Amino acid sequence: MSNPPTISDLRSPISQSPSSGAPVELLRFNTCGSVDDGKSTLIGRLLYDSKSLMEDQIEALERSADLTGGGQINLANLTDGLRAEREQGITIDVAYRYFATPRRKFIVADTPGHVQYTRNMVTGASTANLSIVLVDARQGVIEQSRRHTYLASLLRIPHLVIAINKMDLVDWSEQRYLEIRSEFEKFLPLLDIKDVKFIPMSALNGDNVVDPSKHTPWYVGPTLLGHLETVHIASDLNLNGFRLPVQWVNRPNNPTNKELHDFRGLSGQVASGIIKVGQKVMVLPSGHRSTVKEIWTYDGAIPEAFCPQSVTIQLAHDLDISRGDMIVGLESLPGMGTDLHAKVCWMNARPLQRGRKYFLKHTTQTVQAVVTSIDSRININNYEVQPEPSELVLNDIGEIRIKTAKPLIYDGYATNRLTGSFILIEQGTNATVAAGMLQPALEAVKPEYNDFAI
Amino acid sequence: MKSYHLDHLEYLETEAIHIMREVAAEFERPALLFSGGKDSICLLRLAEKAFRPSDIPMPFLNVETGHEFPELIEFRDRRAAELGAKLIVRTVDQAIANGTAVPAPGEISRNKLQIPVLLGAIEEFRFDCAIGGARRDEEKARAKERFFSFRDAFGQWDPKNQRPEIWNLYNGRLNPGENMRVFPLSNWTEMDVWEYIKKERLEVPNIYFSHQRECFRRGGQWLPVPPAHTDATKPDPYAGARPTAKEPIKTLVVRVRTIADMISTGMIESPANTVDDIIGEVSAARVTERGTRADDKASEAAMEDRKKAGYF
Ligand SMILES: Nc1nc2c(ncn2[C@@H]2O[C@H](COP(=O)(O)OP(=O)(O)O)[C@@H](O)[C@H]2O)c(=O)[nH]1
Repeated sequence: MSNPPTISDLRSPISQSPSSGAPVELLRFNTCGSVDDGKSTLIGRLLYDSKSLMEDQIEALERSADLTGGGQINLANLTDGLRAEREQGITIDVAYRYFATPRRKFIVADTPGHVQYTRNMVTGASTANLSIVLVDARQGVIEQSRRHTYLASLLRIPHLVIAINKMDLVDWSEQRYLEIRSEFEKFLPLLDIKDVKFIPMSALNGDNVVDPSKHTPWYVGPTLLGHLETVHIASDLNLNGFRLPVQWVNRPNNPTNKELHDFRGLSGQVASGIIKVGQKVMVLPSGHRSTVKEIWTYDGAIPEAFCPQSVTIQLAHDLDISRGDMIVGLESLPGMGTDLHAKVCWMNARPLQRGRKYFLKHTTQTVQAVVTSIDSRININNYEVQPEPSELVLNDIGEIRIKTAKPLIYDGYATNRLTGSFILIEQGTNATVAAGMLQPALEAVKPEYNDFAI
Repeated sequence: MKSYHLDHLEYLETEAIHIMREVAAEFERPALLFSGGKDSICLLRLAEKAFRPSDIPMPFLNVETGHEFPELIEFRDRRAAELGAKLIVRTVDQAIANGTAVPAPGEISRNKLQIPVLLGAIEEFRFDCAIGGARRDEEKARAKERFFSFRDAFGQWDPKNQRPEIWNLYNGRLNPGENMRVFPLSNWTEMDVWEYIKKERLEVPNIYFSHQRECFRRGGQWLPVPPAHTDATKPDPYAGARPTAKEPIKTLVVRVRTIADMISTGMIESPANTVDDIIGEVSAARVTERGTRADDKASEAAMEDRKKAGYF
C-alpha cells in the first residue's frame, strides 16, 4: 500500500484483532513530534493498516472529508478527538487509542507536540514502555526533537524509536537519513537511553509503518509495527526490591464467616519486586518486622505475587498499619525522609516559587510539602543548566528541594518509577501542578525498632 | 525459571483494581454506576476482586430512562442482591414528575434527560464520586477522558481543563460541591470486555445473545418494537418510538451489542449464542459498537456535547 488511502481501500476485507485464547502482551507507547510532523497521520496509518478501522469510523471520516477536506480523506482526523481541536486544527490534549494485532495489544498515548505542551507529553509518556519521536526528514533535528528525546530519557522510558518521517519528500535519500541519525547520535549519549531504533518512513503512504517499503532497499531494520510487536518488554518490569504501598486496609465488618473475624488484609498494588508467603518484611515508617502469612486474592490464596499485581496480604503479627505505610523486603531497604531532592516538570500557568506550600501525593499517601529551594532550571532544548532560577514556569523542568510534613518512604526514580515519583497539588484549586522524580536517598532507612518482631 | 509476567487482561485487571481501591480510600461517599450492561458487569467483578472478603464499600446507582429492556432490570436487581449490595434506582419519570427533568418538545429519546437525574441523585445522596464503566475506545471524545474525571459544581466536564494523570498517581481532591467520575475500564476495548467476561465466566443478560425479536428499520438501524401500551389511563411512554405505517415490522434473529434503552439501542442481526461466538463476531466486526446507538449518530460531536453537560 503506497498511496494515500481512499474510501474503497478502507473498506477492503477486514481481519482484525487477536483471536482469543493465547495470552497477549500489552505494549504502551506514546508519539511525540512537533506540529505537522505527522503524528496523527502515523496513528491513523497504524489503525488503518492493522485493519482496526470500523465502518462507522470510515463513514465519519467521509463526512468530515466532505465538510472540511474538500473530499479528500485525512487519516489524521481519526485521532483528533475534540471539536475545539478540530476547529483550531491542533491536538491539545493527550488522547488514547487502542489497536491490536495477533501478537500484541497496543495502547497509544497521542501526545501533542505543540511547544507549550511538555505537560501533555510527560502525562502520556509516564506510563509508556516506548516513545516514538517523529522528525520531518526535510527539517531534521529541531529544538522539539531534542526536547522530546530529553523528556523520554527524563521519564526513563525503556525504549525509544526515532521515526524519520516524510522520507517521500526527500526522495528516499539514505544520505539524508544518515545525516539525521548522526545528528541524534551527537546528543543521545548525554541521555542514558538504553534502546534506540531509527526507522525511515512515510506515514502518509505507509512505507515502513506496517509494510516494508520498496523505496528503502538500504534500510534493513524492521517496520515500525514489526518493531512494536517484537521489542522485548518483559524485563521492563521491576522485579527487584519488594515494595507494597498500603492502599486500603481490608477488615470485614461483622463477617458471617467466623474465619474472617480476625482478617486484617493489607491491600495494594505491588510497586516492585516479588513477595512470597513466609518471607520476612518490614513495615515502614514504623520499622516493625513481620512475616507474610497469606497472599489473599479473590481467586484464592497464592504462594507469591509480583509487580504490578494487585493483592491483599496478611502478616503474621497484628500491627497497626494504615494507608500510606509501605511493606518492603528486607534485602533492599528504601530511603525514608522529609528532605527531598527531585526533578520536576511544572504543569501549571501559576509558576512554582520557593516557599510555596503544596500537597504532595506519593504512592498512597498525600502529605503537606513546602518547596525550600529551586536549585536549577534545565533548558531542555540544549540541555544547559541554569542555576537558582527565581521560579519555574509552565513546562519548565527543574531541580528542587522539598520538605514534607511526614516522611516519605521512597526510592530514586531511576530505580523505581512508582516509589520514586510524586505529584504536587495546589492547595485551594486542587490542580495537579507538577510531576516529580525523586533523586535516590543518600542512605537506606535505619528503623528504630529493629528487633521488635521476627 | 518462572516467568513473572502479566498478559494484557491481567494487566488491565490490576490497573482497574488499583483505581477502585483508590476510590474507596480517597472518597467519603462513592457510588458505583451499575446498569446491568456488560461493562458494568465487569466493574462488579473488579469490585469483588478489589474489596473481598469485605463488603463492596459503596452502593450501586442506576438511572432508568423508563424505556429499559425488562431483561436488563431483572438482571440488575438480581446481581445487586447476590452481591449483597445496596441498589439505588432513580428514574427519569420521577424527575419529569417533579420538574427536575424537562423533556424537549418532540424528542422521544430520554438519553439527555438522564443527566439531571444523575446529578439529582448525586446531590440527594451527597455522592462525591461515581464509578462508571465507560471506555476510551467507545468514541472519539472519550479518548481524552481521564481515569479520574473531575466535574465542577454543575457536574460539567471541561476537556480543556483536565488534571494531568501521571504514573498511577490520581488526584482525587475536591472542594465542596464538586465531584469525580472514575472510569476503571478506560483502557479496555470492547474485545477486552468480552474476553474478561469469558475468562471470569461472568453472567450477562440474555439480550446480548441471539434471540428472535420484532424490529423495524429507522435511521439505518434495526430498532426493537416496544412493548404494547396497555394502561390506557396513562400516556404511551413509547409514543414516537413505535413503528409507523411506513416502517414494516420484521421478526429477526438479533442481539444487542451495546445497551442504551429500547429507544436508542440498535439490534444487530446475529446468530451469536455464546460468549465465544460474540468474541468471534467482535473480532470480525465492521462497525464500532457505538455505531449501533442512535443517540451518537446525530452529530459527530454529539458525545462531546452530552459529556460537557454532565453525561456519564
Ligand atoms: N508527504 C508526506 N506528508 C506527510 C507525511 N506524514 C504526514 N504528512 C502530512 O503532513 C501534514 C501534517 O500531518 P499530521 O499528521 O496532521 O501532523 P501532526 O500535527 O504531527 O499530527 C498533513 O498534511 C499530512 O498529510 C509523510 O510521510 N509524507
